[in-house]
Amino acid sequence: MADSKDFIAGVDSNAKKAPRRIVFITRRTSAQVKAETEDEIQTFPEVLFRAAVAIEVLAVLLVWISLVFNAPLEGLADPSHTPNPAKAPWYFLGLQELLHYFPPVVAGVLAPSLVVIALIVIPYFRVNIEAEGLFLRDRQQRLRIFYLVASVLSLFLLAFKVYAALIPTLIMVGIMLLAAYSSPQSPSVFRRYLANRPLSYWVMTWFLFELVVLTAIGTFFRGPGWSWIWPWQGS
Amino acid sequence: MAKTVNQRFEALRGTHVWRSIFRSGIGSSTLKRALAIQQNVFLHLFYTKVRTRILGFSATWYLGALTFGTFLLLVATGIPLMLYYHPSVPQAYADTKDLQFVVSSGLFLRNLHRWSAHAMVFLVFAHMFKVFYRGAYRTPREFNWVIGVILLLITLLLSYTGYLLPWDQLAYWAITVGSNIASAVPLFGNKIHFLLLGGNAVNANALLRFYVLHCMILPLTAIFFLAIHFWRIRKDGGLYTHSSEPAVLRTQAANAGGNPGIPTSAATPKEAQ
Repeated sequence: MADSKDFIAGVDSNAKKAPRRIVFITRRTSAQVKAETEDEIQTFPEVLFRAAVAIEVLAVLLVWISLVFNAPLEGLADPSHTPNPAKAPWYFLGLQELLHYFPPVVAGVLAPSLVVIALIVIPYFRVNIEAEGLFLRDRQQRLRIFYLVASVLSLFLLAFKVYAALIPTLIMVGIMLLAAYSSPQSPSVFRRYLANRPLSYWVMTWFLFELVVLTAIGTFFRGPGWSWIWPWQGS
Repeated sequence: MAKTVNQRFEALRGTHVWRSIFRSGIGSSTLKRALAIQQNVFLHLFYTKVRTRILGFSATWYLGALTFGTFLLLVATGIPLMLYYHPSVPQAYADTKDLQFVVSSGLFLRNLHRWSAHAMVFLVFAHMFKVFYRGAYRTPREFNWVIGVILLLITLLLSYTGYLLPWDQLAYWAITVGSNIASAVPLFGNKIHFLLLGGNAVNANALLRFYVLHCMILPLTAIFFLAIHFWRIRKDGGLYTHSSEPAVLRTQAANAGGNPGIPTSAATPKEAQ
């Protein structure tokens, strides 16, 4: 620090990000510049421009799809002729798949209501704020609770023969067990990653997995009478 | 001396009429750029500045902007579609057929509307999961997450009500299957079902109700909540990037050797770091 100058000068001249600034900080006064001020960009024009480009790329993609693929249009609605199977829009086919196993009040009312309520309350529960790996603290107790919840859930799904939801659940249980027996100091990046996942991550990932699997089954693997078909069999 | 396009545009921005409309004037100073956002009734929902870190593609995948983009596309294609459509039985089906085969570019309009709608549902889900995995619902953004869930439901309802409008077999039976679920609600199930459809089965009344919901009530509700959703981003401290991210919290916990601190609204992200 044996510098003869009694000030330092800084120039930030990237006009796209920030206007030209010249800063003099004298050594004597030693201005307390608040650290960690993040680099920022003006919303106009930089951010708006980027958002517009992103939207335009998507629009081009959708226009291209619209030119190539036609939206489905079947015959005139006929209340006296029920198609088999009658399917809801794709984003409800996970629910329709559940309707196949459970009474409507459970699959059609209780399950979606619980999902919506669960989504709404996420930010208000401490368990979703914690960022510590699930099995890193109170390991034995948490493992016991995990085994209990996993077996009750699996037996419940088995009892109702909901194999479509049981298999993803078992896969998730397997991955969580791998996480439980992984150390945050593990040489493997993947196992370090698993060991550090908090509970909220596991619950949401299980939900996402079930959502994708059930929707995919409802969309591609269900034929007349909601029987199992393969996508290439047609109907 | 010939002026460039840019100079002409700058001159236009300096005119009395332009200034009277847009308030902010020419110039590329930080102040002028900030005013361009802050002095505009629509753009003032956003921050005048955005952290550079959040602009990278990997931070957000631009999913929120893209979802809004599909919404704009749907409005832009939906309004012309309304001009060729009567919500009555069986005219609705005939109008849809006309859009396919008679109306100039009608097929393209309908295709774009349909695929954009599917894209919007998909993007809303993707946006939600991305926000969750980044932990961007944390304090003080809790309520914006709740508004997001409301917008998710509105999106599903918008798509669902639009599904009936072509009045073909696909539409009719999809809505029949879906609306029958409403009957399963304990105590009020049949009443809700009746209220939704304007009858005991999907019929002309249901078509009219779904049309009104799809073209007026739900889009207006969506715009209302969208405005709050965008505005809350600014009010809650900008797009989420900060010290309360899980990775940072974990590092803090490791350093402190104890409980990871929960950032509260009292400790703003910048101070918490």
